[in-house]
Amino acid sequence: MRSRLHPVVALLAGFALTACATAPETEEEAADERAPFASTYTPRPSTPTLIRGATVLDGNGAEFENADVLMREGRIVAVGPNLSTDGATVVDGVGRFVTPGIIDAHSHLGVYPAPSIPATSDGNELTQPNTAEVWAEHSVWPQDPGFQRAVAGGVTTLHVLPGSGNLFGGRGVTLRPVLGARTVQEMKFPDAPHSLKMACGENPSRVYGTRNSSPATGMGNVAGYRQAFANAQRYARRVQDAEDGNGEPPDRDLEMETLGGVLNGDIILQWHCYRADEMATAIEISREFDFEIAAFHHAVEAYKITDLLVEEGICAAIWADWWGFKLEGYDGIRENIPFVHAGGGCAVVHSDSEVGIQRLNQEAAKALADGRRAGLQITRAEAWTWLSRNPARALQIDDETGTLEPGRRADVVVWSADPLSSYAVAERVYIDGALIYERSQVNDRPSDFELGQSYRESMQ
Amino acid sequence: MRFFSALLLAAAALAAPVAAETVLIRDGRVVTNGAAGTIESGDVLIVDGRISAVGANVSAPRDARIVEANGRFVTPGAFAAMSEIGLSEISGSGAPNDADLDNDDITAAADAGRAFNPSVTAIAVTRMEGVTRAAIAPSSTGAIFGGRGALVTMSGEPDSLFRQSAFMVVELGETGATRIGGSRAALWPAFEAALRDAREYPNRYRSGQGGAILSELDAAALQPFARGQGLFLVHIESAADIRRLIRFKRDNPSLRFAIHGGAEAWQVASELARADIPVIVDPLSNLPDRFERLAARLDNAALLERAGVNVAIAPAPGTVDAHQARLVLQLAGNAVANGMDWDAAFAAVSRAPAEIFGVGSSVGRLERNYQADVVIWDGDPLQVTSAPDAVFIEGVEQPLVSRQTQLRDRYHPSRQAQR
Repeated sequence: MRSRLHPVVALLAGFALTACATAPETEEEAADERAPFASTYTPRPSTPTLIRGATVLDGNGAEFENADVLMREGRIVAVGPNLSTDGATVVDGVGRFVTPGIIDAHSHLGVYPAPSIPATSDGNELTQPNTAEVWAEHSVWPQDPGFQRAVAGGVTTLHVLPGSGNLFGGRGVTLRPVLGARTVQEMKFPDAPHSLKMACGENPSRVYGTRNSSPATGMGNVAGYRQAFANAQRYARRVQDAEDGNGEPPDRDLEMETLGGVLNGDIILQWHCYRADEMATAIEISREFDFEIAAFHHAVEAYKITDLLVEEGICAAIWADWWGFKLEGYDGIRENIPFVHAGGGCAVVHSDSEVGIQRLNQEAAKALADGRRAGLQITRAEAWTWLSRNPARALQIDDETGTLEPGRRADVVVWSADPLSSYAVAERVYIDGALIYERSQVNDRPSDFELGQSYRESMQ
Repeated sequence: MRFFSALLLAAAALAAPVAAETVLIRDGRVVTNGAAGTIESGDVLIVDGRISAVGANVSAPRDARIVEANGRFVTPGAFAAMSEIGLSEISGSGAPNDADLDNDDITAAADAGRAFNPSVTAIAVTRMEGVTRAAIAPSSTGAIFGGRGALVTMSGEPDSLFRQSAFMVVELGETGATRIGGSRAALWPAFEAALRDAREYPNRYRSGQGGAILSELDAAALQPFARGQGLFLVHIESAADIRRLIRFKRDNPSLRFAIHGGAEAWQVASELARADIPVIVDPLSNLPDRFERLAARLDNAALLERAGVNVAIAPAPGTVDAHQARLVLQLAGNAVANGMDWDAAFAAVSRAPAEIFGVGSSVGRLERNYQADVVIWDGDPLQVTSAPDAVFIEGVEQPLVSRQTQLRDRYHPSRQAQR
C-alpha cells in the first residue's frame, strides 16, 4: 500500500506551492515570506463552551450517550461524561446530537454563485483542455449567498473546485464558510494544501470534441493527461538542475508549477471520474508518473473497484443516489457509499451542489439506511465519518479537523435530533470554537447581495 | 442469507407479474388522506384493483391474501407532481431525450404522452421507493408553451399512461421571457394572442387569415385549454409574476391555472388562496439563484399551506429530471423540517397532485373506490431512512427490484469476498 498522506507537506503547503518557482534561501526567510494568496483567515472570537448531556458522534466512528463536549480557545478540549464546567458557557445538549462540522470535499460555491447568470459562471475555464494554471479561489465571490445556507446545514469546511470540462481544471481551495468575509483569503483554511482538479470521461471529450479539437475521445483524454505530466517532469528537472547550478531555470510557467506540485506531493489530486475502468486507468497513470490521487470524485462506480481504491489509499467522494443523467452515471446505486465503506475504503459523501451541500447529513442517512437494508452492519457514528473524518483525509486537513479528538479545531454542530434523518436541523454551528450560526437567528448575517432586498421587510 | 432469498422471491415476482388480487392489509398506521385522517390501527381491503374498504376492523373476504402491517405506515402511493420519467433512459450524453424539445416548430401541440416509454429502467427504480404515479412533461420547448403533459403510473405496463393531455405547460416568467425576445413586456401579449388564436381555431385558419402567433397545429392543441377545459401549468417564480397571473385569472375566470415554481409565492399566499390557484413548490428552493427567486425561502410550503393554498411538492422548474422522482418524499420531509404539518406535507406528494391534475376523485387517498395504489413502509415515509416493504399499483403488488438492485447484488461485498 502506498502512503497517501504527507502530514509535513500539509503544514508547509502554503509555502511549498510557490517553492518550486522561487526557492527561499533560508528557512527563516521562508517563515517570513508570505506565500501569494495565503490565508488571512482568523477565527472569530469565542468563549469557552461546554455542550452538556448530548448524544455525541465523534466523527471517528464512536458514539457517546449523555456526553459533554468542551471547547476552549478554538479547540476541542474533551468529550466525555460530566466534564467540569470550569467557567465555560454551558449549552444544553439534552435530547440533541453533537457532531463534528460537515466537510464538503466537492463544492462550487463562490465560483458558480447565486444568482446564476453568465456573469457569475466562473467555474470552468473552457478555453483549452489543460488549465492547470488557474486557481478556483480567483473566481470565488465571497458574497455568494450559498455560503450562509451551507453553514445552516452544518458545514464548517468546504473544498471549492473548478468545473470538470477540462482534463486539468485548475487548483481547488479549502475554505471556511465564515460569514462576513470580504475576501477569499479571509476564508481560506490555514495551511490546507491546494488541490488539482482533473476530469475523466464524457465532459472534456464532449467540450473539446465538439470543437473538433483534442480530446475528442477517451483515448484523447488519457494522451492529454500523460503528455502534460511528461512535460511537467521535464520542467521539474530543469528547475532542479538550475538549483543544482546546472544551467538557467526555465521561465515561470503557472501550469507547470501546478503539475509539478502534484508530482512532488505538495498539491493533492482530486479527480472527477465516474466509471470503474476509467478510475483504474487513472491509477495506472499515477503509477507511470509516480504521483498520488487523494480522491476520485463522483465515483459512481466506486463500488465495483473498492479493492483497488483500498489498495491505493484513494478516497471516493460520492453522491448518495444520483444516477442516469449521463451514460457514465448509469450504474449508480444507492449502496455505493456503504459498499466502499464495507470494503474498508475511505467513503466520502460530497455534494457538488449548492442545494445538496445544505443537507449532506440526509445524504449520509440515505446511504446508511440503504447499506443496512443490503445487509451491512454500519453504525450511525461510522456513517458520520463519511461527512467529516474521511473528507478531512481527502483534503489533508485531518490533523486539524474532522473529528472531536482533543486538540482538533472546535468545528462542532449541535443538531435538534439524530442528524441521520430528514427532520433534524442544525441549531448551532461552531467554527474554531466560535458560534457562527444559530437557527433561532435565521439568516441574521445575509450576504451583501441579499441586504436591502425588498422582500426582507416582509419576512417577519 | 435472508436478504438473498428475499431477492429470489422478488425476482420470481418480476418474471411473472401477479394480477390484481384481493388483499387485506391488516393493522397498519393508515394514512387515508381523506376524512378519516390517519387511522392508528387500520385495515385496507383491496379488491379488483380498487380500495374496497378502509377502517378499524375490516373483515377479510374468503379469498383475501392477508398482509400483516404490524403497525407500519400504510399510505397512498406518492404522486410525483412533475417529472420527466419515461421521456429518456439517459438524459445527457447525447442520448435520445424526449424531454428536450428545443425548437419552436411544435410547441403547444407537443405531447409528452406520445413520448412516454413505460419500459425505462427508472420506472422500477422509482416505484420501489413508493412513488406510484407521476405527471410528466417536456422540460422545455423553444417557445412559451411547453406542450401537453400526461399522467402515468409506475406499473411499467403498456397501459400505464392514464391521462393524456392532462395539462398545458406555459412559461410566463424569466424562461418565458427568453423565448419571446428577451422581455416579459412581450410575454403576456403573446400569451393573450395565443389564447385568441386557439379560441378562434379553426375559423381563422380556414379563412386563410392564419394565427397571430400560433401555427394551426398549436392552436388546435391549445384550444381546449383556452376554453377552460384544461389546466394551464404556469412556470412562474416571482411575486410580481404571480400577481400578474392572479389579475389575469380575475379577468378570465373560466381559465384554470396552477403554478409550478412559485419560490416567492409566500409573499402573496393569501391572494393565491382567494384566487384558488394551487402551487407546486420545491421545499429545497432557498437560494436567490435567479432574479425571479430572490425571496426564495425554506418555509415557503409551510407558509402557503397555512394560508389555505393547495400545495403540492416537486422539484422546481429547471431541476425536474427523469431519474429522481423518488426524491419527492425527501422534499416533503424537508417541508416538515421547515414547519409544514406532516399530514399536509404527505398530501402534497400524494393527494394534492392528484387534485391539481384532475384525478383527485380516484387517486391519492385510501378511501373506498379509489385506485389501490398502496405502500407499506418500514418507517415514516417522509424520513430519508425509510423505504417501502410493499408497493401496490392498482391492486397489483410490484416487485421491489430494479436494474440498480441487480447491480447491487452483483457487486455486494459479501460476494466480492468470495472472489
